[in-house]
Amino acid sequence: MKNKFLISICLLIPSMFFAQQALIGTIKDKNNPKKNSGIFGANVYWLHTSVGVTTDQKGEFKIPYKKEYQKLVISFVGYKSDTITVNSLTPVRHYLTESNTLEEVAVSAKKSSTQRSYLQTQNLVTINSDELLKAACCNLSESFETNPSIDVNFSDALTGTKQIQMLGLTSPYLLITQENIPSIRGAAQVFGLTFTPGTWVESIQITKGAGSVVNGFESISGQINTELVKPSTNHKFYLNVYGAVGGRLELNTHFNQKVSEKWQTGLYVHGNYRGEKFDKNNDNFLDNPLAEQINVMNRWQYTNAEKGWVSFINFRYLDDSKQVGEINFNPEVDKGSSTVWGSEIKTKRFDTSLKIGYVFPEMPFQNMGFQADYSNHKQDSYFGLRDYNIQHQSFYSNFIFSSIIGDTRNKFKTGVSFTYDKYEEFVSTVMNPNFDRKENSIGTFFEYAYDNADNLSVTAGLRLDHHNLLGTFVTPRLHMRYVPWGRGVLRASVGRGKRSANIFAENQQLFASSRAIIIENAGGNIYGLDPEVAWNYGVSFLQGYKFFGRKGDVTFDFYQTNFSNQVVVDWENPQEISFYNLEGKSIANSFQVEMNQNIIPYFNTRFSYKFYDVSADYKSGNLAKALQAKHRFFANVSYETKKEESDASWKFDVTYNWIGEQRLPNTNNQLPKYSDSYNLLNTQITKVFSKKFEVYAGAENITNYKQKNPILGSDNPFGANFDTTIIYAPVFGSNFYAGLRFKID
Amino acid sequence: MKNIFLLAVVLLVSTSAFAQKKNAKVSFEVDGVCMMCKQRIEKAALKTKGVKYAKWDVNTHELSLIIDERKTNTEVVKKTIAGVGHDTKDFKAPKEAYDNLHECCKYRDEQVKEDHKKPKK
Repeated sequence: MKNKFLISICLLIPSMFFAQQALIGTIKDKNNPKKNSGIFGANVYWLHTSVGVTTDQKGEFKIPYKKEYQKLVISFVGYKSDTITVNSLTPVRHYLTESNTLEEVAVSAKKSSTQRSYLQTQNLVTINSDELLKAACCNLSESFETNPSIDVNFSDALTGTKQIQMLGLTSPYLLITQENIPSIRGAAQVFGLTFTPGTWVESIQITKGAGSVVNGFESISGQINTELVKPSTNHKFYLNVYGAVGGRLELNTHFNQKVSEKWQTGLYVHGNYRGEKFDKNNDNFLDNPLAEQINVMNRWQYTNAEKGWVSFINFRYLDDSKQVGEINFNPEVDKGSSTVWGSEIKTKRFDTSLKIGYVFPEMPFQNMGFQADYSNHKQDSYFGLRDYNIQHQSFYSNFIFSSIIGDTRNKFKTGVSFTYDKYEEFVSTVMNPNFDRKENSIGTFFEYAYDNADNLSVTAGLRLDHHNLLGTFVTPRLHMRYVPWGRGVLRASVGRGKRSANIFAENQQLFASSRAIIIENAGGNIYGLDPEVAWNYGVSFLQGYKFFGRKGDVTFDFYQTNFSNQVVVDWENPQEISFYNLEGKSIANSFQVEMNQNIIPYFNTRFSYKFYDVSADYKSGNLAKALQAKHRFFANVSYETKKEESDASWKFDVTYNWIGEQRLPNTNNQLPKYSDSYNLLNTQITKVFSKKFEVYAGAENITNYKQKNPILGSDNPFGANFDTTIIYAPVFGSNFYAGLRFKID
Repeated sequence: MKNIFLLAVVLLVSTSAFAQKKNAKVSFEVDGVCMMCKQRIEKAALKTKGVKYAKWDVNTHELSLIIDERKTNTEVVKKTIAGVGHDTKDFKAPKEAYDNLHECCKYRDEQVKEDHKKPKK
């Protein structure tokens, strides 16, 4: 009897104990806190247990509590799961935030400053803002210095503009997009990269080989997309000041402001100025242009996570002017003179764009997007006695719908795009100096992506375009990714691209020479020439590994671009430049091996060797592409000290480039057949004082390597031998700079 | 008569409450420890006919699904997941399936659980 009594007491006590110990609470939507009803059906459970309940229609719950339970997990589909610590039985009131799928796509993870993707089907490298800060300066064309996939060349001896190359092909063969809207094309081709200030860039995605069909048919050797800073994620105030011994001053300010619950805006102002004259090589020509640029962007961001809408509206205005030529050239007096040679390049550009994205609230895998962009790019310039003016107005729009077939292993994107380009071009010194043309195209695309959620993914895309000058044509693109074993990724791609070559805008350096311009009219639609068509094939293998416990990876890339038609730019006659349709072969082969190795925490190295075999059939026979190094070696070493509590740290970065010999075009023996190989060394040190403030200083081209004879015939710029186009090495020599960054959040 | 009416009302209410949605959000807990588990769980879920979307959270162990209720239900998904070696509240994975898991994924083992709790470098 006594026993029974005891047992019953024992049973009673814990059950009473449990009965009392229950935690109650309410779960609500953070974006809609005033709404009385909470979230219905949210899961509430204790971490690492099977004790869980769901909320009722008011968002309320009651869950058994034990002392051992400490972490309460709250989750609901479409919202970010939260884990909260519970120490007492005080009723819980918790707000869940809706997870925004659109934002997740745009913002890249910040784990490593450069990331080679293991998961993407395409051969994609992401450079985020940390990597961009490794080379402080200054605009998009200089943002690739620490990335071996992109080579930086110099377009001419006068402006010193850096031109980028990928797979051995210059930027016109790359599709350069800004937030997935084609941006640097047409008239903006040569200087366009210098018109995007570095601080505006949030991250860059580089895709090697044929790109996606979603963004058009123009990409041939790859795609570079830049994501700009966004009002919602950028600092409230940001200031960047830069000054170089070479006389270059830059100023960047950002202001970001929340306007209302759903609207945010940002104003970004950039200015740069170079007013000092340098002639270190005593050729009587400015080594660097005198330059001024004002660049203003205003962004509006609308986010309604609850309903699934995201939108961006951009306005941008640019005014850039450069003066190059002889050191004592004064444009007000000497413009049009045939005694003092000088040149001015003035560019004004207005840009506006709209993006709207919608994610179906009930279906996170289904969304729609619409992009539209209008730009007006106007360049007025003269080079000695040659005038070159171009105005390019462009309208672009693209509608994309993406969803799944059955489940998320089978995804598709489809849509319609429309483009309109109006060119008004004037080139003096040719027979018919006006080259006006209008291009428009309408196209539709379908891209299917299969992913077995394990080791195989395939993306197959097809687009059909009707273009008034290029005709009606099909653009196929195929990408494949296969994981044969752990941390090994094999990729392959094949695709076709087609474009109209803007022969003058893309080869503007020709105007600063005495070369006669010859266009061999073949009755085509663009300057009498045919559109360029090429196939690109590539394979790539990435292997991640651990070496003495330190992470590393190695990548082998092989790509071939095979032109079935190309507008050949022939520099082989020193008195002429001629453009003609390719007859025969034009092939660009590239091979790259890249290794990333972590040595000790915060100490990383990157090495790369690149081999390019680029050749084409010219009138004078098959020749290797001029001013293209066959072999290149790249190394980058970076070290960061561990962050202190105040966030203070030091960052060190060194980049080394070895550029092999390059074939020079025929110059009637003024220059040798091949250039010498040379080394370039850059370094930067950053001292971070706190989250708010940091200063940096750096040196470019420390070994002070300069091309000896950058301007041919500089003693007589109006004579027959004047030529500034044969540039294989820096003109300016070493440069030292310093700057600061200040931010308020 | 009254009874029949009541019955009809009850039937109506229950059917409307259990209307089969084309895109129904459901979620439940699935035991597992690592990113390999995540891949295995999501793959198994997606391979179940009628499952459109699957995401497993490695920290909370919650599997979020969007399913076509006309074609499947959570029981079926749970069974499939148990089949590849992962426990849910209602279905324990058979021994053979569990034994087939990679060493790192043995979520029933306290030691393995501990290993995964360590903060990631």
